[in-house]
Amino acid sequence: MIRSRTITAVAATTLLASMGASIFLVRIIDREHPTATLQATLYISSPKMLKRLSLGYEGLLADLYWTRVVQYFGGIHRHGGGQYKLLWPLLNITTQLDPHLIPAYEFGGTFLVAKPPNGAGAPQQAVELVKFGIENNPSDWHLYYDLAFIYYDMKDYRNSAQAFLRGSQLPGAHPFLKIMAANMAQHGGDLATARMMWTATYQTTHDDMIRANAVAHLRAIQADAEVTQLDQIVQIYHKRTGKFPAGFAEIVSVGLLKEIPVDPLGHPYKVEPGGNVVVSEPADLPFLNKGLPEGYVPSIVPKLSPAE
Amino acid sequence: MNSRIFHIATNTFREAVRDRVLYNLVAFALLISAAAVLVGQISIHIERLVVINLGLTAVSLFGIVIAIFIGIGLVSKEIDKRTLYTVLSRPVRRWEFIAGKFFGLSGTLVVNTFFMAIGVFAALAYVSHHLVAADLWILVALYFIVLQFVIITALALFFSSFSTPIFSALFAFLLFIIGSFANDLRNFAALTHGVTRWFATAAAYLVPNFSELNVIAEVAHGATIPARLIILNSVYVAVYALVLLSGAVLIFERRNLK
Amino acid sequence: MPAIEILGLEKIYSVGFWRKRAKRALHPLHLSVEEGEIFGFLGPNGAGKTTTLKILMGLVFPTSGTARILGMHLDDPRMKAQIGFLPEQPYFYDHLTARELLTYYGQLSGVDSGQLREKVGDVLDQVKLTDSANVQLRKFSKGMLQRVGIAQAILHDPKIVFLDEPMSGLDPMGRREVRNLIENLKAAGKTIFFSTHILSDAEALCDRVGILHRGQLRGVGAIPELTASVHGNVEITWRGTKTPAGIRTMFLECHATADTMRVVVPENNQEVVLETLRREGLRLISVIPVRTSLEDYFVAQLGKPEKMESVSLGT
Repeated sequence: MIRSRTITAVAATTLLASMGASIFLVRIIDREHPTATLQATLYISSPKMLKRLSLGYEGLLADLYWTRVVQYFGGIHRHGGGQYKLLWPLLNITTQLDPHLIPAYEFGGTFLVAKPPNGAGAPQQAVELVKFGIENNPSDWHLYYDLAFIYYDMKDYRNSAQAFLRGSQLPGAHPFLKIMAANMAQHGGDLATARMMWTATYQTTHDDMIRANAVAHLRAIQADAEVTQLDQIVQIYHKRTGKFPAGFAEIVSVGLLKEIPVDPLGHPYKVEPGGNVVVSEPADLPFLNKGLPEGYVPSIVPKLSPAE
Repeated sequence: MNSRIFHIATNTFREAVRDRVLYNLVAFALLISAAAVLVGQISIHIERLVVINLGLTAVSLFGIVIAIFIGIGLVSKEIDKRTLYTVLSRPVRRWEFIAGKFFGLSGTLVVNTFFMAIGVFAALAYVSHHLVAADLWILVALYFIVLQFVIITALALFFSSFSTPIFSALFAFLLFIIGSFANDLRNFAALTHGVTRWFATAAAYLVPNFSELNVIAEVAHGATIPARLIILNSVYVAVYALVLLSGAVLIFERRNLK
Repeated sequence: MPAIEILGLEKIYSVGFWRKRAKRALHPLHLSVEEGEIFGFLGPNGAGKTTTLKILMGLVFPTSGTARILGMHLDDPRMKAQIGFLPEQPYFYDHLTARELLTYYGQLSGVDSGQLREKVGDVLDQVKLTDSANVQLRKFSKGMLQRVGIAQAILHDPKIVFLDEPMSGLDPMGRREVRNLIENLKAAGKTIFFSTHILSDAEALCDRVGILHRGQLRGVGAIPELTASVHGNVEITWRGTKTPAGIRTMFLECHATADTMRVVVPENNQEVVLETLRREGLRLISVIPVRTSLEDYFVAQLGKPEKMESVSLGT
């Protein structure tokens, strides 16, 4: 005869063991799970259909999709970046469900434009998204700022200036827009303009990822400026000595510089045999235009937020 | 006559409140408001948005579930369990019974909403650290949600007067879903011709218009609701409820109670 | 004016999936009950007693026929204020206490709010539920629910009390209490109309009874009059143990003691037996009629083929 205490003990142990096993199995299955297809991730890809099905609760549904946008982007980003194929569909659904979700436009403006591995590299879709936002929120000047930024990134300085101008005319607009409207028209391609744009973004955004993005750009601008200056110093050295230095130690010893120059991240600059100044860790400065070593191909591992 | 309806209403309220199902649902809705605080931390900018969206959606959905299930229980359960026999053998007219039940349940839902609303406002205060004038519009959204409950209650009563509990719940829920599409139905009707157009138009106007009563998204963004709209919708709901209650009375007056 | 007048009430249900088949629950019923009497409405289960009561309470609508209670129509609220009803196997609002339920019912019956509290207390006393007055009804036993049911039926001091199977589910103590209650109600001048399938209860309480079988009234009147129509038995006792041969087949029962013989024979055979005993020279001790019970009448009646008219013996 089985005693009731034995039954209790056996039942309890079985319960705990099965629970542990099921949790363990879920983790394994999760890992084995192949990357979801477009359809599966979105479940229902038509925004209009989704809006209808939400039975009037589209505000909440938009918020849910917004969290998925952030998780989606952050997830791919952490694992080395990629093409972010789902970014546009997710943002499209989010804004169709709730056209007043302003952060979505800012996010889309930044990361739809940025090229892979930092973003989706789809500037046209970014423009479409923000224009939809402006249509539905005509008195919000932030959106004009976002649009202007997109055009700037596409190097379309004329449209960028126009967007700044229209935005500056809205009540409550930041005076920065007026300044940039004027500046963009004349000096769109200047480094100074770039510094102003990215500094403005860094100061006004509430989003951590966008801020990190701005910081990376500012570092790159700084490095670009420094490389230009250092190139000139190397030329001076060459004129004096008739040859190119092996490293900056020689330039310091000649007295042209007080100390070995370092880039904004603290890595020392180097000189290539041909006399070009390059950075020692190009991977840490994703948006660099100058100072890239010969034959350097940017890897797919962006580092948008290295330790500051 | 008036005092009898009042007594039936208060008794219905008491019965509903002591039925512990109510507490579970209310507690759950409060929990969701708390969860909203956590979810909102995804993006600092939209904590407030998420709290309002999630909180009000929870109040609305749970309230509808409560309204349907307790509403169904009102008449069907009383007939099944024969509590009605001793009530109707008294000088209580059948229509007074329906009216009393309606007011009792509506009152229960208003009180319910009040408690759930406290949860939402508490979560909001926690997230925003202070309440702004725009938050008063949340009260308007809550009022509209209560209007939804009134229609659901009337639907539940109407169906309970002749149908079994399960079918009554099903029909009431179905009409809620179709009613949420009411605006789309009207647009659809405008695009069709002939018999289809006739049917679609009739359906669009007969079905309770829940799409107009959901203003959660607007309020979450701080938009204002014009007073005219508030008044019009209130009158609409009153009239629609009257239609359903008259139907319930008509049916119930003639019903043989097995 | 009779307290209750039933004039040809008839009920036919449509049953079956397509509601085509007709099921007759009540043949046209004619019955009247006088004020102040206890009337028992008897019959086997399914006879139509509950249907009749439901029609009188306005819960079910008759196919044809009418009825009047206290001279008023069945849906007249003034009439309803003066009647009380206890349904079969009552069930009440689970989450109310006994006191709350009675207060609620009192309010619905229009009991004056000033007197309500006192009346509720009184009636709880009467049914001996004072100790459980503040307990929720879902915790009540079946017997307690029955008593609450009676309480709510008499709370508002009605002139007529309708009870459907009031003894059902009660133990012998409970039944005794209910019986006392009904007698007290009669003493207070009320009319009681109660249905039951337990004949001994009816025999103990009723002034008159009506017997319903398969929707038809098979007999109505005072019990002695009804039982008188059934031929009874007689118990004959004589000295000695000798039983004359010729009459032995008539013996329904037969007991022999040391020096007496006691037999029970049908009434019809009484003369023949006595004559035989005298011829044999046996010494007669006693001749005692055995009372016909209501049950005998019942069985006798229900054994007969159904008639379309209701039979009324006596008033």
